[in-house]
Amino acid sequence: MKPKVAFFDFAGCEGDQLQVVNLEEQLLDLLGQVDVVEFREAMSDRSNEYDIAFVEGSITRQGDEDRLKEIRANAAVLVAIGACATIGGLNAMKNLQDLEDVKRCVYGEAAKHIDTYPTRPVDAVVKVDAYVHGCPIDREEFLEVVKSLLLGKKPEIPNHPVCVECKAAENVCVYEDGQFCMGPVTRAGCKACCVTQGSICWGCRGFVDDPNTDAQKEILEKYGLDLKDVMNKFRLYTACSEIGK
Amino acid sequence: MSQSASVSFKVEHLTRVEGHGNIVVDVKEGKVTQCRWEVPEAPRFFEAMVRGRMWHELHHITSRICGICSISHTLASVKATEAAMGVQISDQTAILRRLAMHAEGLQSHVLHLGYLVLPDLMGVGSVIPLAASHPDEVKTVIRLHRLANEMSEMICGRTTHPQRLVPGGFTRLPSVKELETLKERLTAAVPDLQAVADLVQSRAGNFPPFERDTEYIALVAEDEYPFYDGLLGSTDGGPWPVADYRQVINEYVVPHSTAKHAKHNRDSYMVGALARFNLNSQRLLPLAAKLAGAFGLRAGNCNSFMNNVAQLVECAQAVEDSIGLIDETLAIGLKAEKPSVEPRAGKGASAVEAPRGILFHDYEYDGDGRCLSANFVVPTNQNHGNIQRDLEALLPTLLERPEKEIELAMEMLVRAYDPCISCSTHMLKVTFER
Repeated sequence: MKPKVAFFDFAGCEGDQLQVVNLEEQLLDLLGQVDVVEFREAMSDRSNEYDIAFVEGSITRQGDEDRLKEIRANAAVLVAIGACATIGGLNAMKNLQDLEDVKRCVYGEAAKHIDTYPTRPVDAVVKVDAYVHGCPIDREEFLEVVKSLLLGKKPEIPNHPVCVECKAAENVCVYEDGQFCMGPVTRAGCKACCVTQGSICWGCRGFVDDPNTDAQKEILEKYGLDLKDVMNKFRLYTACSEIGK
Repeated sequence: MSQSASVSFKVEHLTRVEGHGNIVVDVKEGKVTQCRWEVPEAPRFFEAMVRGRMWHELHHITSRICGICSISHTLASVKATEAAMGVQISDQTAILRRLAMHAEGLQSHVLHLGYLVLPDLMGVGSVIPLAASHPDEVKTVIRLHRLANEMSEMICGRTTHPQRLVPGGFTRLPSVKELETLKERLTAAVPDLQAVADLVQSRAGNFPPFERDTEYIALVAEDEYPFYDGLLGSTDGGPWPVADYRQVINEYVVPHSTAKHAKHNRDSYMVGALARFNLNSQRLLPLAAKLAGAFGLRAGNCNSFMNNVAQLVECAQAVEDSIGLIDETLAIGLKAEKPSVEPRAGKGASAVEAPRGILFHDYEYDGDGRCLSANFVVPTNQNHGNIQRDLEALLPTLLERPEKEIELAMEMLVRAYDPCISCSTHMLKVTFER
């Protein structure tokens, strides 16, 4: 029998589930290997019986936490997909401000009705078995993770900084251009796609496991930066991380 | 069921839409006591989160408001920043941005029609069973969807959350060869588009007959069917400069709703493909105009289910206009241009036509280019009031039908709006009376 998989979402833009749809013809191949039993964005069927749960989005309310725990209890394997789920994502930028002020800024006098708490990644609430990082996720990486899980293997996630892939892509270092970039401290796996397109690394895949040993410190030293400065300067995706504080 | 019977249901977390919405219906002895569109989406507070961020970060952050229309949010963002800082862009940038909008519009509409709406027309729960029962049709939909995504990649550097679109222009350009190939592929896609149109037309009888007069708001322009730029237009007045949007779009909170609503001249208005069509149909290119004609869609249509057909018409418009834009680009020649912005204090508002309707971004910056405040008015929030009133108008016409059919028709009505609920940055939680 084919393994049953289900997709769920919390606070986020649903851009990661969209990448699954964006697999195009490959999605049909995937559907030959698994039985999708719930995927609210794309199908009406629902089920509480599934082997693998893919969870997108970050957790920002008690009610969501309860729903996530139910999903965890139902699933043999739980996979966090996308930056909001894996590291809290941009949603966690609100954690850097006073929460009451954040609510008032957007909702004015109606702020008292707003139900929200500081943004948390999925693994702050339940055990996560595998991660597909990125904002959005890379479709090929998603397929690789699914293949590993179907073979009963633990998916391999890179633990070297984006700089390694950026050099391989033969990009000119953006620091050369006087710009700031999260590449030296950010987990690779994206093939440095943003720098390759003329942008910078924004840090969406989160920090490497131990920046003290794993970061690309030579690059930082070359430009007179230290690890802590870099990790604190540009807190877009990493506000949930303890490391840079 | 008979007029005197009772029906009560709640469609919790409506499927095949972006984000979370509920439909609550309660009819007692033929009398409607509850009919409500609820939105329990988790709020994300983008307007607060961007305070204090630099001008060159805003488009990156705000693109994450929506996974499906991230190009629209990015372009609304860079346009607002450019307006605030007095940045001029080149003709080349304006043309390439129009191509980016078409790529996203085509992707989003094909996703909606092919993956989310078609199952309703074919009487199934998702596209998955159709892959077995109608493999050729599904493959045609996938081919069109892939073309649109690859077009986004070619113009914007990525399919979702683009990287090349920045204030002042583009960080990278597509090559001449890529544009030539794209033109060939778009030309070759016309038969695929026709096949999807034929399929929808063969099942269009499954859209319930429905009419409710309402106001339609969209960008308008004298020389094009606008997506990227224009004036703020309405079937009830205008046009007005986009900078005056706060005088036209009145956002308000209602106690029985989860979302901020918006109105202008009446209780509610509609934005999106049908609104654009009703205001700009005379400026459609021949292929799109022909398709509209085949469905009998004419300006002044007030059947919200026809938003689906208007999206189909816009797919043809996107393909045909893109071919012309590529010709224009190749004729003037692609030039490398470095985006240049001198940060300065100022305020700026912008609007683009996202796939689901008109989208506003509005920023204030200090002299260092740090964001002091931001306001976003997204399409789906503008539609919530109109969805509610449509549901109220549709429900009494359905009461003779079995409950399952009532439920499906109500779901199809909401789905026709192609709501993008995650976008809705102004969600309010309220307690409902049961």
